[in-house]
Amino acid sequence: MGHKRSKDNGSEVIDENLKRVYQDMLDEKVPDRFLDLIAQLKSLDDAPSEDTAK
Amino acid sequence: MSADPRDEIVQHLPALRAFALSLTRNGAVADDMVQDTLVKAWSKIASFEPGTNMRAWLFTILRNTYYSNRRKAGREVSDAEGIFTESLSEKPAHDGRLQLADFRRAFVKLTDEQREALILVGAQGFSYEEAAETCGVAVGTIKSRVNRARARLAELLQLDDHDKLEMTDQATMAVVSGSRLTAR
Repeated sequence: MGHKRSKDNGSEVIDENLKRVYQDMLDEKVPDRFLDLIAQLKSLDDAPSEDTAK
Repeated sequence: MSADPRDEIVQHLPALRAFALSLTRNGAVADDMVQDTLVKAWSKIASFEPGTNMRAWLFTILRNTYYSNRRKAGREVSDAEGIFTESLSEKPAHDGRLQLADFRRAFVKLTDEQREALILVGAQGFSYEEAAETCGVAVGTIKSRVNRARARLAELLQLDDHDKLEMTDQATMAVVSGSRLTAR
C-alpha cells in the first residue's frame, strides 16, 4: 500500500495503464490477411478499366 | 503516376486494429471490422483530403461501421468482457502498479462511447478537436465522455482521488459561474 498519494494519482494511474494496454494492442503482429487484402485491392485497381471518368 | 494516398493505409493497420479491439473488445469482430474498413477506405479514397489526418479518417470509417452494426443488432456485445481480457497476454506489474488485468476488466465496463473517447484522447494522442471530428460530435461532448470515463475507471478501480475526477466540464462551469470571482 502506498503512503504517498499525489493529487493526480487517479488520472496518472489511469493514463499510464491505458497507454500500456493500447501499446500491447499496437505491438500485436498484423495478420497477413490484411496485407493480402491490400495487395488484392491494389491489383484490382491495376486492372485496366473502361470507366476512367476524367 | 502521382502518389496514391492509399499507399499510406498499411502504416495505420496496427492502430486501426488496436482501435477496433478497444471498441469491440473481441478479436474476431475487430478483425472483421478492420477488413470492412479497408475495403471501404479503398473505394472511398476520393473523400480523403490529402494532407489531413489519415488515421482519423480511417478511424471514422471503422467506428461508423461499428455503430451501424450495433444499431442493426440492437444491442452491445454482452459477453465481450472475458474475450477482451483473455485475448491479450498478461505482463506482470512493476513496482506495485495496478495489474493490467484489473485495468482491462474495468475498461471493458465503460460504455462504447466512453472507451472510444478515452482511447482516442488518452492513448492515441488525438486532440479533443480531432477526436470530436472522428466521432462526429462536439468537442465538449468528447471532453465530457473522457472525464466520465476517467471517473468511472477511478471508481471501479477504487483509486482514491479527490472529487477532481468527478468534475465534468459542466460541473466545473457551474461552479465557476456560480461563484464569480471579483477582481480586486
